[in-house]
Amino acid sequence: MLNITLVHVLVLSSLLLSLGVAGMVLNRRNIIAILMCLELVLLAVSLNLVGTAHFRSDLGGQVFSFFILTVAAAELAIGLAIVTLFFRNRGTIDIDAADLMKG
Amino acid sequence: MIPDLLFLLFSAGILAGGALVALGKNPMVGILGMLVAFLNASGLFILLGAEFLGLLIIMVYVGAVAIMFLFVLMTIDVDFAALREGWAPYLPLGLATVAGLATLLVLAVMGTPLNLGTPVAVATVGAVVPENIVQLGQVLFTQYVVPFQVAGLLLLVAMIGAIGLTHRPRGPHQMPIKRQDIGQQVNRTKAEALSLTTPVTGQGAGVTHWEGKGVEKKGRKGA
Repeated sequence: MLNITLVHVLVLSSLLLSLGVAGMVLNRRNIIAILMCLELVLLAVSLNLVGTAHFRSDLGGQVFSFFILTVAAAELAIGLAIVTLFFRNRGTIDIDAADLMKG
Repeated sequence: MIPDLLFLLFSAGILAGGALVALGKNPMVGILGMLVAFLNASGLFILLGAEFLGLLIIMVYVGAVAIMFLFVLMTIDVDFAALREGWAPYLPLGLATVAGLATLLVLAVMGTPLNLGTPVAVATVGAVVPENIVQLGQVLFTQYVVPFQVAGLLLLVAMIGAIGLTHRPRGPHQMPIKRQDIGQQVNRTKAEALSLTTPVTGQGAGVTHWEGKGVEKKGRKGA
């Protein structure tokens, strides 16, 4: 039987981060799916910090995870507002439609 | 024994939820997967001693973020299947990159000797260890008080930003909402507002309902 250590938590966090990035690749054109995958990536970071905080008996990781949570919520509110605005203007949420600046 | 099993269970849940988000064809399935991932992450946080954060994740993500996603998803009308087309050319390179990233991360994590240092707070036997939320509050309001305030400010800015971005003034050109337009009201003439008929007895005026001539219904712009 395995005994959970920090390595297990870090491996789980790495896999979750990779899964989030893979989701961004697979849903390349759907802004909402990309935002959801971004949440997964942020969750991976949070997991990392909480795991480290637990195995070091240091509370700093939890505090920073708390701040990550705040920033993620703020970013999501703005992101979804922009998606709504984008849909209102262009009638789609395809990222390829965001070419007004011909970039 | 039990914590290990719980860890495995929560890890499997998190990865399954993440896979649903990444691979789900329907965004509703993606939101469901996100909920699964966050609920399991909450359990894992509680397992790792972060009770406050675990419950906070349930409140913020399951209670607010998922509902926000649902609202946006229900408000917009998009063919999501069409959005998934055309990803095949990017698939090999993308998956190779992601698989490489995952392999490198896992190898780096497992191959590096971790120096955890000496534990900062050592609980002695018999000493009363305060609850997680008490400990968190003790550092959050003293040592991290400035970041705490900045986080609050950030939330305020995000709220103002979201409202400012999506709010639109409701004018006569924008919304099919009944409003009084005094100029239009005054400018109506008798010819366009009044229709005179001489109904024959027993047949009525010949119209089932009165159709205003001058007041045309303004639909939503660009709809």
